[in-house]
Amino acid sequence: MTLATLLLLAAALIGIGIYGALSQQSFVMLMMGLELILNGVMLAAVAFWAFSGAGAPEGQLLTIIVMAVMAIEMAMGFALVVAVFRGKQADTTESLTGLKH
Amino acid sequence: MESMNHGIGVDIAFLLLATLAVVTAWRVFRTDSMVRASFFLLVSFIAVGVIMILLAAEYLGVAMFFMMAVEMTVMALFMVMFMMNPAGLNPMNMVHQERISIGAGVVSFLVLSAMALLAVFPDRPVSAGLDPVRSLGNEMLGDSMLIFESAGLVLLTTMIGVVVLSSHRGRYGAATEGSLPPGLEPGGDPAGKPEDDEDGGHHHHHH
Repeated sequence: MTLATLLLLAAALIGIGIYGALSQQSFVMLMMGLELILNGVMLAAVAFWAFSGAGAPEGQLLTIIVMAVMAIEMAMGFALVVAVFRGKQADTTESLTGLKH
Repeated sequence: MESMNHGIGVDIAFLLLATLAVVTAWRVFRTDSMVRASFFLLVSFIAVGVIMILLAAEYLGVAMFFMMAVEMTVMALFMVMFMMNPAGLNPMNMVHQERISIGAGVVSFLVLSAMALLAVFPDRPVSAGLDPVRSLGNEMLGDSMLIFESAGLVLLTTMIGVVVLSSHRGRYGAATEGSLPPGLEPGGDPAGKPEDDEDGGHHHHHH
């Protein structure tokens, strides 16, 4: 368990997350991709805190902030899913064409 | 890391957990059931949480368990409520622009791992005498209190916004009562709405 291996794991999680966020049609699956990206970001932050940051408390604080961002993303995402489903009975990104030119 | 001073057991545990995290993360997008997908994501998060505990960030690891357990349960409930095929009874592969997505994922992995392997990061591990939980607590309620409180305030704002977005009706009637999207040209027809009524019948989304 070195900084390099931890960052490699974080990179893998971020890569899978980017694939999911770009490829999924269902809103909730798309949000799962975003969550995976943030998962990798949190792991990288903790890894830097443990190996490069000499245990500076701001490193842990950054992870807490990313967790808050994750909670906000989930809550807003679900609220938007509910609002879109009410208005359009839609649960996939393809059914929303309002901003398409 | 010589000064982190951990045994071979930690390395083996890390290897297993890292494999588990990546495999379950991949399975999220490869399973037929959306409920199962959210539980795969939960397993991936828990593996990362255990790795955080191995890194001596106990508070963050445990917070991760609690937060993700609740979050993924909510997600599974949403799958059952809103999504088609939550139980995976039919094969499912709902993707678009898949080649580009795979390319973007692979490229970002390669770029990030090249940075991880080639960049020279300072080697300053956590000192043995540090109590991570205590130092985090002192930071959150000390020097960084403003940041911590701002996060709380943003969460409160989110709660209010979420209620506004998802409430069925406002105080004076339906939430969308009397609201029309603006026209594409000045004085033109409202964008979106009437078009939707015309071709709603043969459009691919169901009413």
